[in-house]
Amino acid sequence: MSTIIDVSSVSKSYGGVKANTDISLTVETGGITGLIGPNGSGKTTLFNSIVGYHPIDEGSIKFEGQEISKKLVPEIARLGLLRTFQQTRIYGEMNCVENMLISLPHRKLSLTDAFKKNTRADRDKAEQFLDFVGLYEKRFLQAGSLSFGQQKLLEFAMALMNEPTVLLLDEPTAGINPTLINGLIDRLKRANSEFGITLFIIEHNMRVIMNMADKIYCLAHGEMLAEGTPAEIQDDQRVIDAYLGAH
Amino acid sequence: MSKTLFYIILGIITVIAPFAFPAFQTQLATLWLMIIVAQSWDMTGGQMGYNSLGNIFFYGTGMYVAAVVTIGLVYPVGEYTGAAGGGIYTFTPDEYFLGMALSIPAAGIFCALCAFIIGYVTFGLRGPYFAIGTLGVAIAGGEMVSNWDWIGGGQGISMPSYPYNFDQFKTVIYFLYAILGIALFFFCRWLYQTRFGAAINAIRDDEGKAEAMGIHTMRYKLIAWAISAFFVGAAGAISAFQLIHFEPLETAYQTINLGIFMVVCVLLGGKGTLWGPVIGAVMFHVFKELTWNYFLGWQWVALGALIVVVVVFFQDGLMGYLKYKRPEWFGIAVDTKEAKV
Ligand SMILES: Nc1ncnc2c1ncn2[C@@H]1O[C@H](COP(=O)(O)OP(=O)(O)O)[C@@H](O)[C@H]1O
Ligand SMILES: [Mg+2]
Repeated sequence: MSTIIDVSSVSKSYGGVKANTDISLTVETGGITGLIGPNGSGKTTLFNSIVGYHPIDEGSIKFEGQEISKKLVPEIARLGLLRTFQQTRIYGEMNCVENMLISLPHRKLSLTDAFKKNTRADRDKAEQFLDFVGLYEKRFLQAGSLSFGQQKLLEFAMALMNEPTVLLLDEPTAGINPTLINGLIDRLKRANSEFGITLFIIEHNMRVIMNMADKIYCLAHGEMLAEGTPAEIQDDQRVIDAYLGAH
Repeated sequence: MSKTLFYIILGIITVIAPFAFPAFQTQLATLWLMIIVAQSWDMTGGQMGYNSLGNIFFYGTGMYVAAVVTIGLVYPVGEYTGAAGGGIYTFTPDEYFLGMALSIPAAGIFCALCAFIIGYVTFGLRGPYFAIGTLGVAIAGGEMVSNWDWIGGGQGISMPSYPYNFDQFKTVIYFLYAILGIALFFFCRWLYQTRFGAAINAIRDDEGKAEAMGIHTMRYKLIAWAISAFFVGAAGAISAFQLIHFEPLETAYQTINLGIFMVVCVLLGGKGTLWGPVIGAVMFHVFKELTWNYFLGWQWVALGALIVVVVVFFQDGLMGYLKYKRPEWFGIAVDTKEAKV
């Protein structure tokens, strides 16, 4: 497997808070990579650095071999590197289908395409993905009226609609009804295997990530604590301590 | 009643009105102007969430482009303005109508280019900063023009007058506005159904999300404002012909009159809707004419009170109120029981 995201020696601080210190990791093409760590360990900060949300203090971030640490959010998104938000961001005033149609990959549209109406095929695709995440019945409801968990599913469907090469998911199962988590894990795996999307997932829930990832990185206090296969991470005493210590 | 029939009836009223109520032709022309500037304002203010207080810049600039083009086709502009009505400058009917035909689109195109350039700077601003920044542009525009003697400076500039009789002139002006207004309405009706329309709505609802999804936010913002500026500039050009003489601060770059009225119209009718600006412009125009006729001396107080009431109690305007009361009219699904995830 080849490397698609290459983070090397990245540091980022907010004023006095060192949110990330000298982080290096790689995400392999076609795989599912996990990023775990207690609350406040710097996971979201690292995602924000990768997608260009803020400038990093030190280090380099490469996507498909290209340096992206100086690029802006929309430029990086248009390379096919997409993220979802921990706090879930959807367009609340619009219904689900409209949310999906807005998420068409604009990077693949020419300027004249942008001045066309959505096609039947676009709508079909929107409904297919809504069906895929289990929101088909709710497709004409205002997105803002959905529950938090349903909004997370919608945001995931919107990301799929965008046809990303790599999808960064920030705690995709947080706030989802526990009875639905297995279904979501299954869909994440299918997004990876059927649609060929490389996944990089922040997950607080150990059971969830152990089930999905082929490689896991664990952060603590902004530093890389451990990396390895799910089995290695599960048995790593430092990881266990970090998680226990956090509670 | 089918939609087509509705549009046909409105179209017939539009054509008949100036002949049925000849005394009101100028009033009706002004109503169309209000509809145009309100509808254009809503494209960025309502549909895209960028509240400009400087769109009047394009109106004023459109007027001056009309003057420069129309006069410049026949005489050196500086010499014409330098004479300040002293010399004999005549325009044949052909020169007049050629000026009209060229300068209205030229004003639109020039203003669209201005919007691209100004927008490149001002779209870095968000929320109230954008509103104030654009207002600054309009004020600066007026001041610059009033210090520019080549186009008449603070004295303003005079257009050639209409070569035939005055009644015909009023009718021509009415139809120029009406055609532009109708073109704008149907253009918006189409535009808001395209992916571009959806994209500017996304920018309004959550620009950060739109950026994160790879939407060309800057490109679309510039295009939306340029389209808006095109129509305001073209309307300004028509106003230049209508008013014959105009000066920079009170007429062309009239920030506190038309510059604010266009926003009030949209708020009254309902932001971000196709019909809101049209209905709002009608409501506003009727209100304004009534107060100007029956409360003379108090008209500004009444207008100020109206603005306060609208901003405090009816921010979503008439269309927003209807949407809330009758969501099904707008195709908004409220709840379905069969839904299960
Ligand atoms: N915008 C910000 N400004 C200041 N401090 C922040 C900001 N975002 C995060 N932090 C701090 O950085 C650290 C890492 O936060 P975060 O990356 O959100 O952790 P995680 O996602 O692992 O829970 C925390 O101490 C947090 O308080
Ligand atoms: Mg986080």
